[in-house]
Amino acid sequence: MRLPPSARALPALFKVGFSEAVAYRAEFLVWMFSTTMPLIMLALWSAVARDAPVGRFGQKEFVAYFLATFIVRQLTGSWVAWEMNYEIRHGTLARRLLRPIHPMLMYAVQNLAAQPLRLVVALPMAVLWLASVGTGQLSRDPVLWMAWAAAMLGSWLVTFFSSFAIGSLSFFMESSVKIMDVWLTLFFVFSGYLIPVELFPPAVRTLGDWLPFRYQIGLPVELMTSAHDRHAALALLARQWAWVALLLLGALWLWRRGLRRFAAYGG
Amino acid sequence: MISVKDLCKHYQVHKRPPGLKAAFRSVFHRSFTTVKAVDGITFDIRTGARVGFLGPNGAGKTTTLKVLAGLLHPTSGEVRVDGHVPRKREHAYLKKIMLVTGQKQQLLWDLPPAETFELNRAIYDVPAAEYRETVAELSELLELSDLITKPARQLSLGERMKCELAAALIHRPKVLFMDEPTIGLDVSMQAVIRGFIKRYNELRGATILLTSHYMDDVAALCPRVIVIDKGRLSYDGGLDALVRQVRPEKRVVLHLERPVSQADLAQLGKVVSHDTAEAVLQVAQEVVNATVTRALATLPVQDLTVENAPLEEVMSELFARSRAARESEPEAVPS
Repeated sequence: MRLPPSARALPALFKVGFSEAVAYRAEFLVWMFSTTMPLIMLALWSAVARDAPVGRFGQKEFVAYFLATFIVRQLTGSWVAWEMNYEIRHGTLARRLLRPIHPMLMYAVQNLAAQPLRLVVALPMAVLWLASVGTGQLSRDPVLWMAWAAAMLGSWLVTFFSSFAIGSLSFFMESSVKIMDVWLTLFFVFSGYLIPVELFPPAVRTLGDWLPFRYQIGLPVELMTSAHDRHAALALLARQWAWVALLLLGALWLWRRGLRRFAAYGG
Repeated sequence: MISVKDLCKHYQVHKRPPGLKAAFRSVFHRSFTTVKAVDGITFDIRTGARVGFLGPNGAGKTTTLKVLAGLLHPTSGEVRVDGHVPRKREHAYLKKIMLVTGQKQQLLWDLPPAETFELNRAIYDVPAAEYRETVAELSELLELSDLITKPARQLSLGERMKCELAAALIHRPKVLFMDEPTIGLDVSMQAVIRGFIKRYNELRGATILLTSHYMDDVAALCPRVIVIDKGRLSYDGGLDALVRQVRPEKRVVLHLERPVSQADLAQLGKVVSHDTAEAVLQVAQEVVNATVTRALATLPVQDLTVENAPLEEVMSELFARSRAARESEPEAVPS
C-alpha cells in the first residue's frame, strides 16, 4: 500500500524542522530555560509544605508534582500562534500556501521536530523525578500508563490546536498575540501549571474541569503522580479528547474562513 | 492554459490621518476605503507562452499573480489555470505551478539550499531519479555546484536568486508566475537569469507570466505583453505592435566621422540627441528610407542603425496616456 504524498513528505519535513531547531540552538535553549516556572513553584510550595502538608501534598509530593509539570510542559509546548501571527501579518504565509501540503501539518511537524532537543532537558528532569518519587510509588496498572501516554498526546494536541486557532485569528484582526496572552493567563490559572488543580475550591475546580486548560498540563501530571484510579483517569481522558476534537474543528473552521481574507501583503 | 475573465480584487483598507489625536479617535471609530487593486481584467494565455505583465507600481500586477497562484481569493470574476480554480488550492494544482518573487525568498534561511531542494522533493513527491536529473540539470545551467552547501543567509543576492529559481523548479512546474525575478541583480546576473528562464520555457514548454520593471527582461523574454494600470487592462498584444502603436516613429542613429551642426540634422528629422560622434533622429515610419538615403548622401556618416524607441519611453508614454484617460475618475470609494 502506498502512503498519501503528505505522509511520505513527513520524514523530510521532520528532518528540516530538526535542522532548523539545531540551527537556532542558542535561542532554543534560552527559550527552554525560560519555561522553568514549575521549578520556581516547586521551591515555593515546598516551603509552604515544610511545616504541614497542603491537602495531600507534602514536600515530597510537591517535588514530584512540579518536576512532572516541567517535563510535561517541555514535551507538549507549541509556539504556532506566534509564528502564524507573524507570517499572516508579513505575508510570508504565502510560502506555505504555495506548497501542496496542508500548512497545519507543516506547522505540526515543525513543532514536533524540536522535541528531541527538548528531551535533552526533559530526560534529566525525568531521572530526578523518578529519584524523588521512588520507583515503588509508581503505578503498576498498565491501563493507567497507556492513559498517560494518550493524555500526553492529547495534551500536545489541545495545546497545538488551540494555538493554531488563535494564530488563525490574525486573519481577522491586526494581531492575535493579545488573545494568546489572555489564553496564557487562563492557562496559568486553570491548567495546574502553578497550583495543583485539586487545591482549588470545589466551584473553581468544577469550572476548570470543563475548560481545556487542565488537559494541557494537569491531566498527564496527575496521571504521572497516581492521582486517579482507572475509572476517573479514563473519564478525564475522554473529556480531554473531546476538547482535541472540538479544537481541531474550531481551528480548521477559523483557518478556512480566515484564508479568504488573507491579503498576502509583502509576501 | 490561463483564462481570466472580469477579475476584480478589492481590499478594505483602514485609513487614518497622522497624529496622536487621530490615533486615539481610531480606537473608537475606524474609517475604511475600498481599494480596487484589480478592477475587471480579462485575458487568456496559451500553453507554453512567455508573457510580460507590465504596469507602474501599484497597478495590480502582483495582486493578479497572487490570485493566479491561489494565494488570494478574488472579489469577483472567473480564473482558471490548466482547468483548475486557483483559489481552491487543490494539491494537483499546486504541483503544477510556482510563484517566484525576486524580493521574497522561499529558501530555508539558516540551512543550505540543498536542504530546501530535498524538502521540495519530498513535498512535491518528485521521484528520486527525476530529482537527481533535475538537480544536475539546474546545477549545470545555473552553475550552482559550490553554492548549494552553504547556508542560504551567507549567499550573495545573485547566488541566492539562482538557488531560489532552482528550488522553485525542482518539481518542474508547468506554469511559472514570476514577480520581478531580476530585481536588485547586477547586469550580468540579470542576463544569466533571463537566459535561464528562456531555456526553461523552451526545454519544458512551461507557460511563463512575468512582471518586471526592467524592460531588458521584457524585450528578451516576452513576445507578448499585457499592460495594466490602476487595476485595469490598457494593452494586450505583441511587444512590437505596442511599440508601433505608442511610438510609431523610428530612431535613426548616426555614427559620425566628424561633428555636424544641429541645423543640418534638423533638416532630416527631429533631433533626439546630438554630440560630436553620434546623433539620434526621430522620423516617421514612412520616411525612414528617404531619411537614411539623405543622411548617407549629405552627412559624414560612418555607420547607421534604425531602431524602435526605447521600451522604457514607450511604457512611460503608455502609462501617461492611461493616467490622462482616468483623470476624472475617483481613486477609491469610501465605505
